[in-house]
Amino acid sequence: MNISLRLIAFSFALYVALTGSAAWAQSHLRIGLAEDPDVLDPTLARTYVGRIVFASICDKLFDIDEKLNVVPQLALGHETSADGKAVTIRLRPGVKFHDGEPFNAEAAKYSLERHLNMKGSFRMPEIAAIDTIEVVDPLAIKLHLKAPFSPLLAQLTDRAGMMVSPKAAEAAGDKFGLKPVCAGPYKFVERVQQDRIVVEKFADYWNRDQVFIDKITYLPIVDATVRLANLKSGGLDLIERVLATDIKAVRDTPKLKLISAIELGYFGITMNLANGPKADNPLGKDARVRRALELSIDRDALNQVVFNGEFVPGNQWINPTNYYYQQTFPIPKRDVAKAKALLKEAGVTGPVALDFMVPNGPENRAVAEVVQSMAAEAGFDLKIRVTEFATSLKEAEDGNFQLFLIGWSGRSDPDGNSFVFQTCNAPQNNGKYCDKEVDAAHAEARAKSDPAERKKAYETVARKFLADGSVLYLYHRRVLVAVSDKIEGYRQMPDGLVRVVGVKLK
Amino acid sequence: MTAATLPAITPGEAHEENPWARAWRRLRRRKGAMVGLAVVSLFVLVALLAPWVAPYDPVATSWSAVRKAPSWAHWLGTDEVGRDVLSRVIWGARASLSAGLVSVGIALGVGVPLGLLAGYAGRWIDAILSRIVDAMLAIPFLILAIALAAFLGPSLSNAMIAIGVTATPIFVRLTRGQTLAAKVEDYVEAARAVGNPHWRIALRHVLPNIVPPLLVQASLAIAGAIIAEAALSFLGLGQQPPSPSWGSMLNSAQRFIAQAPWMAFWPGFAIFAAVLSFNLLGDGLRDALDPRHR
Amino acid sequence: MLAFLTQRLLQVIPTLVLVSMLIFGLQQLLPGDPALIMAGEERDPKVLEEIRQQYRLNEPIPVQYVYWMKGVLSGNLGESMRLKSSVASLVAEKLPVTLQLAGMAILVALGIGIPAGIISAVKKDTAWDYGANLFALWGISTPNFWLGILLIFLFSVTLGWLPASGYVSLAENWRSSLATTIMPAFVLGNAIAAILMRHTRSAMMQAMAADYVRTARAKGLYERRVVLKHALRNAMTPVITLGALEFGTLLSGAVLTEQIFTIPGFGKLIVDSVFNRDYAVVQGVVLVTATTYIMLNLLADIAYVLVNPRLRA
Repeated sequence: MNISLRLIAFSFALYVALTGSAAWAQSHLRIGLAEDPDVLDPTLARTYVGRIVFASICDKLFDIDEKLNVVPQLALGHETSADGKAVTIRLRPGVKFHDGEPFNAEAAKYSLERHLNMKGSFRMPEIAAIDTIEVVDPLAIKLHLKAPFSPLLAQLTDRAGMMVSPKAAEAAGDKFGLKPVCAGPYKFVERVQQDRIVVEKFADYWNRDQVFIDKITYLPIVDATVRLANLKSGGLDLIERVLATDIKAVRDTPKLKLISAIELGYFGITMNLANGPKADNPLGKDARVRRALELSIDRDALNQVVFNGEFVPGNQWINPTNYYYQQTFPIPKRDVAKAKALLKEAGVTGPVALDFMVPNGPENRAVAEVVQSMAAEAGFDLKIRVTEFATSLKEAEDGNFQLFLIGWSGRSDPDGNSFVFQTCNAPQNNGKYCDKEVDAAHAEARAKSDPAERKKAYETVARKFLADGSVLYLYHRRVLVAVSDKIEGYRQMPDGLVRVVGVKLK
Repeated sequence: MTAATLPAITPGEAHEENPWARAWRRLRRRKGAMVGLAVVSLFVLVALLAPWVAPYDPVATSWSAVRKAPSWAHWLGTDEVGRDVLSRVIWGARASLSAGLVSVGIALGVGVPLGLLAGYAGRWIDAILSRIVDAMLAIPFLILAIALAAFLGPSLSNAMIAIGVTATPIFVRLTRGQTLAAKVEDYVEAARAVGNPHWRIALRHVLPNIVPPLLVQASLAIAGAIIAEAALSFLGLGQQPPSPSWGSMLNSAQRFIAQAPWMAFWPGFAIFAAVLSFNLLGDGLRDALDPRHR
Repeated sequence: MLAFLTQRLLQVIPTLVLVSMLIFGLQQLLPGDPALIMAGEERDPKVLEEIRQQYRLNEPIPVQYVYWMKGVLSGNLGESMRLKSSVASLVAEKLPVTLQLAGMAILVALGIGIPAGIISAVKKDTAWDYGANLFALWGISTPNFWLGILLIFLFSVTLGWLPASGYVSLAENWRSSLATTIMPAFVLGNAIAAILMRHTRSAMMQAMAADYVRTARAKGLYERRVVLKHALRNAMTPVITLGALEFGTLLSGAVLTEQIFTIPGFGKLIVDSVFNRDYAVVQGVVLVTATTYIMLNLLADIAYVLVNPRLRA
């Protein structure tokens, strides 16, 4: 009996030790997302939240640091030729894809060509400047461009630079997103639509010494209040897009930490200048009326009332801390008297009635209500029309709006925040602004690679666009990520992505 | 008791009690229904007298009074842009109550005639209408309402139309069922025998007799419509800012439940009170008008 | 019986066809361009055109409808534009979730509605009656999305007893599964409890006034046994058939509740797909749930007729 008792005790202890140690060894990070990502294929993906998941499974040629500089990831370095039309990229040796295939120049060429040529590829317009790709040697490729294009490297720090395994991509075609195979620190395990995405550590990652967490589960939870509730109750370890109005609550909770960075994008009002019959109004026709609207808004008060002062007021397409911000055009202070004078000068009598399209969302509505109330004092009668997001995009395309409250998630290169909105007939230029001088300045900024020269080109753009352009920039949001105190070593980049390399779970 | 002490029956006094008076008398006895009726009347009164009853302008913003707790100046507190919650609840009653009444009005106005037609005419008209009604009822109510509201464009009146249209099938079915039952009654046969045209029988004889269950269903439907309006406004498809409605107030209040719970509590409570009252009233009406219950 | 069955089945087919046309038509009515939605921030016209070609968005509506129906009849419910997975696999994924939620909600509804109805009928016009009435009615009077948020705040954030959102399947871990579904099931079941209460109450009151009950009472049987045995048994028929119908409604109606609690069921899938203009998903899923609802209706009718032969005439 003694023996059997001891045997039982021993096996029990062994069992506990095994399962216990297994539990200790398996560190599991649970991340709460604000939306369900769309398809997990770097070529076909188009959501901001999808990029957060990609940050763990798909490495890119380059990455960015806090100062928005281009740093190596799967590529070690780059060289641009003197005429700007050829870019040589040296690749990192010893990198494997999740299926064991080696990463080399052929794979890099395949991935880039997939981004360029696949039907329905959203990356094509981003790197359309690439004409051909040449394999120089097994660890270097040369991109031949149609014309010099300095934002190209910035594009390669995002989805357009993500490398996929040629074997897996060839086999899966456009179904690649159901089971992506890339070269990131984690490999894809499973996905239950609208419920969770599970990834686990990739043992052969090139930087495996810096990867400390075994498993990550991404859980899309649309309601921000519920997302935070989950974090508080311990159901999640990290959440993205904390509401500005919840910042105080997070700061007041001892076991939570708030980490923030100013976003790359902006939030503003797009104005209809020449898109269809609705543009035929005092605001669309006369730049003075647009300036009057701007002068009636107190950006600081707006920030204070809606966001508790946590966001950053702005008046340009890049935030005030960005190198390319033009100091010669500071944020105008509210001036109702001047606004009224401008309206009078423009020959406007009586309140200016305008259709104000606002995509549905609690913060959007609050911002719209504040703007409406402020503008009313200067003589504007803004009629708020809350629209479903899907509908609003089409309405904007068709010109069925006069004011449109919409933001842009932002790109690391200033070109990504401006070209498609400010140049004649550009795809996202819903206000249909068109100025030859601005177009020329943009072309110059694209051709030059010296930042100082580019900034000078952008000064011309700012001088014209801020005076009579089709976008009224209001503020820049903050990337707000809240983590539980179990998390160590997390740093937030301005692009909002959740980078998991170097993060430890206590 | 002798014949002398019995009260004399004067000729002319022996008449049937008016069914409406009888129903009212029975309704009075059900305390729940009376409470419901009282609260509903109170809401309607407050909604009608909103401009005089509300202490502040419901859309007047105030940057210095953002999200203030209830106080003597603002009995129910202020919201995220400094508006008085009490005034918005009072004015919101207009939006929510009219959403309830108008949508059910639409459902009655379209559903009852169609139901009469289906029940009375029968055969292929009935078959077609019934299939359409079945199809509409098979699709989730909120999905139908969302699709319609999105199609018509977000506004309170469009939300009312969307809710009204999605509530119509129930009234068609109810009216049809009642009409079918009434068709075989003696008074209908008698009316036919006398030579009344069908439409006259349907309108003058059948319709008045099937009003009771319709009334019951209507009051219950108003309750449902108020909640549906709240749901649509919650999703952004109903009342447009800055005009208040209880549903859109809940939408804005959702983010602040920890910091400013009064923003969410009062419109939610208003919905609850109004809907509960309509439900109590409807239940009471059913009991009062049902000949089987004492 | 057979004639009745055949007649009802013949009615089901045109109804289903109408449902398919209705849901297809509604999708097309929705303003907005699905290609634009799919593209989101990357709105290059060339890419948009490619998407439109791929999903036949440029073809006339009747043609698109025929393509879709042809696919449905051969077992292919289509593919989600946004997620690239087949609608059938999405349905297979969500069905157990929705079934579990619906089942638990019905249990909650039965647990609240039937006792409340019995008490209300037996103790008519007393404080018990009003109490039971109120208890069952408050569920139908509170917007369920509101109740959900309050419950989360109370039980997850303040007390920490239950998880705020998410879903764990029964197969994985029955304890967590119950923990994640009890709040949404309560929110959903609450509303149905009122309906069940009303019907239980009226059916009970009817049954209690019936002749055979008076006979049993006259014979001197103990009151409660009389009530529960005879009246209740007869009252159950309409209640059960109604429960089956509500189950059908629950299959796709828990739209806002699923949103708040992040339960990956049909309701959430449909709403998200409507807002994303993912036509194929909305059409396919609504068709599946509508068919189930209609079938449940049919079964309920058959059951009703089987139990009550007088209705067959």
